[in-house]
Amino acid sequence: MVSVTFISTFRPALGGADALEIEAKTLRELMRKLVKKYPRLQKHIDEGIALAVDGEIYRDNWDVEIPDGSEVYLMPRIQGG
Amino acid sequence: MGNDPSFTNQKFKVIGSRVQRPDGVDKVTGRARYGADHNAPGQLVGLFLRSPHAHARITRLDTARAEKLSGVKAVITSDDLPDLTNGDATAYTILENCMARGRALYDGHAVAAVAAVDEQTAKKALKLIKVTYEVLPHVTDVDEAMKPDAPVLHDHIYTAGLPRKPRKPSNVYNVAEFGHGDVDKGFAQADVIVEQSYKTEQTHQGYIEPHACVASASPDGTGELWVTTQGHFHYRSVCATLLGMDIAKLKVTSSEIGGGFGGKTHVWMEPIALALSRKANRPVKVVMSREEVFRASGPTSSTSIDVKIGAKKDGRIIAAFAALRYQGGAFPGYIPGMPWAAIGAMTAFTSYKLPNVKSVGYDVVVNRPKVAAYRAPSAPMASFAVESTIDMVAAKVGMKPLDFRIMNAAKKGTRSSFGPVYGPIGIGATLEAVKDHPHMRAKLKKNQGRGIACGFWFNFGGQTCTDINIATDGTVTVTVGTIDVGGARASLSLIAAEELGVPYEQVKAHIGDTGSLGHNDTTEGSRGTFSSGMAIIFAARQAIDVLRERAAIMWEIPVEDVIWEDGHARPRLKKYKKLKPLSLAAIAAASPTTGGPIAGHNESVPDNAGVSFASHICDVEVDPETGATRILRYTVVQDAGKAIHPTYVEGQMQGGAAQGIGWALNEEYIYGEDGRLQNPGFLDYRIPVCSDLPFIDTQILEIPNPNHPYGIRGVGETSIVPPLAAIGNAISNAVGVRMNHVPMSPPRILKAIEEAGG
Repeated sequence: MVSVTFISTFRPALGGADALEIEAKTLRELMRKLVKKYPRLQKHIDEGIALAVDGEIYRDNWDVEIPDGSEVYLMPRIQGG
Repeated sequence: MGNDPSFTNQKFKVIGSRVQRPDGVDKVTGRARYGADHNAPGQLVGLFLRSPHAHARITRLDTARAEKLSGVKAVITSDDLPDLTNGDATAYTILENCMARGRALYDGHAVAAVAAVDEQTAKKALKLIKVTYEVLPHVTDVDEAMKPDAPVLHDHIYTAGLPRKPRKPSNVYNVAEFGHGDVDKGFAQADVIVEQSYKTEQTHQGYIEPHACVASASPDGTGELWVTTQGHFHYRSVCATLLGMDIAKLKVTSSEIGGGFGGKTHVWMEPIALALSRKANRPVKVVMSREEVFRASGPTSSTSIDVKIGAKKDGRIIAAFAALRYQGGAFPGYIPGMPWAAIGAMTAFTSYKLPNVKSVGYDVVVNRPKVAAYRAPSAPMASFAVESTIDMVAAKVGMKPLDFRIMNAAKKGTRSSFGPVYGPIGIGATLEAVKDHPHMRAKLKKNQGRGIACGFWFNFGGQTCTDINIATDGTVTVTVGTIDVGGARASLSLIAAEELGVPYEQVKAHIGDTGSLGHNDTTEGSRGTFSSGMAIIFAARQAIDVLRERAAIMWEIPVEDVIWEDGHARPRLKKYKKLKPLSLAAIAAASPTTGGPIAGHNESVPDNAGVSFASHICDVEVDPETGATRILRYTVVQDAGKAIHPTYVEGQMQGGAAQGIGWALNEEYIYGEDGRLQNPGFLDYRIPVCSDLPFIDTQILEIPNPNHPYGIRGVGETSIVPPLAAIGNAISNAVGVRMNHVPMSPPRILKAIEEAGG
């Protein structure tokens, strides 16, 4: 089971939820399940997001394995200069 | 991939050496070709007509006389640019920013463009274009734009990020909140609370080379673009989307780049140059003037920030809050999911361990040019506000600012203010290094003061594709798709040399065009050496596998019995003791008869670039009669991961500090009541020159990134984050006034001194 936390920007797409628990072994599986449950999340994914797994930030690599009991943060996609 | 800690802290042969830069000779002798140096046979000159109004409806746009002028080959307005973005809101705002579509949204917004046989004819043509404007109310200040009676720029923007969609459109296009704990409860427990409001003015990246390109669109649907850019693959995708071209049929070649700092991550006039070329059926060259660069490229946000920090008597911060309002220019953030204020809110409190923290970012549109990234975008302003307040809280609890920061510094295991728990980080190490630095013990005189401040940047990787090709004489060509914005060709050549076991001088790195490699993300986020470096390592290992196979063929033994060591193939077993090691050059020389060219390739998405922290020390002297501030001494201490080429790392740290010093003291977009930019040139927008700066000392802390084979972190951006606050704190210590408005220019400092009764 993975604990997922969302920043406020995403909450309207999640019916106001700021966190939930979900069964997922990779970020790809996690995002697939989240979009299935909350289809409005897809718009945010299209615009760009980043995911932090136990503090490690991923922007593009969704093949990352999520250890059981991990904490995942859904964040805005960061741009640099 | 990439999670290979066994390589961290390994002993290197060439990594870490200060080799000669490969682009140096060309740059000092004038051979290097920048954006404006490219020319094509039969090229035309492209020029733009820009709105003189901050906000105006275009009621009539008559180009007939311009089109009839002899020598004019094409005139473009928004009528020539149909919306092909297929509902992609991001692409549509780029299209609208490149050329106004019925409404000019800022002073400098392009309304038409011409291509003519020479500049004189093009200028004449611009004068013949007749535009009738209906001037509309405008707003250029972020706080004014948030007021209920402010003119609303876009009737389709409703504030996002709220629990419910608002009933009315607004200039506030996004609200984002970060944090944890209960700040109200935290403040209730605080013994000391400081609240302060701040403003920072809009600044430009100030790259010396203006935007420039040559565009050539062919009637067969293909095209070429030679351009100064930080992301030629991105430019290709955007231009193709806006013009309805197939991506693969547009080849984009990047020039040498005379500075970008985020400003060349976005297209401005390049799609229009291609549209002009397509209409004229001739190549078109466009070089922006400095005035155009200021008025119509992408400066950073101006901001308005409130900070509140509460601490216990013993110095522990118990609660922190910030409301950050950033204007993004006339359009929502470049990527809608990544608004500027949200990034400011994420970075504001990153240096500290905070049990209760909340930061709220408000992103706002105003009648100014569309904001672009500027080196650690959004972080310097947030840091100015927070780090200034930190000094004030330290004073209230009776602690030295440095000791207060050390006590409250985040560390491994701390929950960051933007959410995730930190892995190994270097903020504590940079602060301890500051404490030990001789700079901290230097004596100060009257009207002189010392300030310190901390800064943070995320860093990231991104899509990357790299080739390594070995020539028959054993020399090595590295082709990358990231732009060399700060010496990457030297660091990437060092990485290839290290991995292959050959001398640095044997390697030549090139930036490939979009036809020669798979997609590479834009060179931003301090990713160049991190991500292309990682791709080179894996491409080199692939090439080594080929070299081992070829040696096996030459020796007629199984490849499993061949190892690669110190740039040579060697037999693994004693039974081959008669076989002499084969150098890379020897294997390469035999390659035509052992299977052909020897190469390695890698495509990847390196992530986990490793966050970076810096702590800066600054000494200033303030003239209380004029308010002028002189930087006496400046020291940058930064966690840089493994420094591949230390001189370049130091250069990045010095460059960021220099830009931050200019931002802190002088640089500012000044708008008149009419909403027009008053100072679009380097005479009136003053960036620091050498005589304004002392030699900037640097101290690199090599805290390896465990997620990179060589321990590399991003380096280029963090050093611009602390200077604003370090200087503000130094000024406060010099003359006893707390500056809360950047730039801290002489008139503002003088006013503050006078108001304080000085």
